[in-house]
Amino acid sequence: MKAVTVKGISKSYKQEKSSVQALADISFEVDRGELFGLIGPDGAGKTSLFRILTTLILADKGTASVDGHDVVEGYREIRKHIGYMPGRFSLYQDLTVEENLSFFATLFNTSIQENYALVKDIYIQIEKFKTRKAGALSGGMKQKLALSCALIHKPSVLFLDEPTTGVDTVSRKEFWDLLRNLQKQNITILVSTPYMDEASLCDRVALIQEGRILDIDSPEGVTGKFGKPLWAVRAADMYALMRQLRKMSEVESCFPFGQEHHVVFKGDDKAKVEVVLRANGFSDVAFRRIAATIEDSFMDLMTKEQP
Amino acid sequence: MKAISVQSLTKRFGSFTAVDNITFDVDQGEIFGFLGANGAGKTTAMRMLCGLSFPTSGQASVAGYDLYTGSEDIKKSIGYMSQRFSLYEDLTIKENIRFYGGIYGLTNAQIKDETQALATSLQLEDKMNSLVKSLPLGWKQKLSFSVAMLHSPRIVFLDEPTGGVDPITRRDFWSMIYAAADKGTTVFVTTHYMDEAEYCNRVSIMVDGRIDALGSPTELKDQFQSKDMEGVFLRLARKAQRAEM
Repeated sequence: MKAVTVKGISKSYKQEKSSVQALADISFEVDRGELFGLIGPDGAGKTSLFRILTTLILADKGTASVDGHDVVEGYREIRKHIGYMPGRFSLYQDLTVEENLSFFATLFNTSIQENYALVKDIYIQIEKFKTRKAGALSGGMKQKLALSCALIHKPSVLFLDEPTTGVDTVSRKEFWDLLRNLQKQNITILVSTPYMDEASLCDRVALIQEGRILDIDSPEGVTGKFGKPLWAVRAADMYALMRQLRKMSEVESCFPFGQEHHVVFKGDDKAKVEVVLRANGFSDVAFRRIAATIEDSFMDLMTKEQP
Repeated sequence: MKAISVQSLTKRFGSFTAVDNITFDVDQGEIFGFLGANGAGKTTAMRMLCGLSFPTSGQASVAGYDLYTGSEDIKKSIGYMSQRFSLYEDLTIKENIRFYGGIYGLTNAQIKDETQALATSLQLEDKMNSLVKSLPLGWKQKLSFSVAMLHSPRIVFLDEPTGGVDPITRRDFWSMIYAAADKGTTVFVTTHYMDEAEYCNRVSIMVDGRIDALGSPTELKDQFQSKDMEGVFLRLARKAQRAEM
């Protein structure tokens, strides 16, 4: 049995006169014990999908099941067996750290003691603040408390909606280490993120944009399909280099990537491009053949999708 | 004259030193990346530079005005945009421009011209009477940057302007930053994307309220023997002592 099955799910929201399509005919499956990433920008439909799977809203069309239970018929069963950490901090601000955790444990007929082993690695980092009100915690500590509360009843499937948004690089790395450890305890994890670089930390990912899935595969599978030679290009004046490259007909695409530009040439036109660059005063251009990253693939798929 | 000049700036809240004796300058027309882990003191420092809170000690001038005596002049000379606060969702695009134009003292004729120019440059001609909340996030962010630039400020402060936007829009946004700097506007920007740190002329990294590194991306990578800015950031931020996170 799959941990999560999604078949042809669509959802739209009505605005004054128009309606916004949040999800358009989405289908995928998540295996038991898998760490599955939904990768996409804000507004892609990630939260709507999570809210459908956690039985908080109904889809317009399609079916979905979690742990073998249908999200409509079996919503009571699902709610007993999942953990959900919404994108917005949703614990009780006027209860202490320990009261929050104890409250969520009680809701699920368990206690902190019973499942302490599961949350220990995370909770130990905030335990010294256990008498502090949750509202007075820093962002990082709130996040750890929310994860502890989502875990305290030993869920079989854990839904984490953008747990690392607005979090710095160091803390993001720590958070992903925590997820890897949880996965070893046989918990299926669905996590959403707008950070493309986090895709490589998942077993499989769905790239999602404007309610549509661009691709579903392992991270290596996604980047392996890029299918075009990709070059990293550097010069002293990177902005001038980008402007030059973007106006050349031999260049299919040119995107800045930190200290380099990632460039795809049409056919075998790289040699020709080098000549033109030199003629335009770029004497110091360095080319390096590279493999595509998830972000390269995402942008490539995004441009293909556009009508 | 420097766009921003900061000397031994400190801000304490009770016994907690949020910003601890920081000193740096930013040139006119420079893109200055202001990095640091959550809780390092970036927001507190930025609020002081925008004239929204007074320092405990130290000196600073922004756009030529002193932080203690010229905070109202500072507010007129800067633009500000953040991921959280930008435009009024329940006003149309046109109404937002009209509103912010009025706040910054533009004349009716100027507002009319700016509205037209903005509609053309952002290709929003047919959306000017739509509510801001109906726009996709990427467009909202580009629009709020343009609105922050309406009164041609000498300095624009951008607080995580690209958080959560798609990768193509993120890059479009940086093209707008480059174009603004090219015209002489100083850009003071925070981000959690380390690739974006590479696009800055110079970068400072805050750790526990101090500025522990300051230089061009190339200088910092040499100094900390890292192949990219992520490496530099990790080396510095990992030694943070503060309890945040």
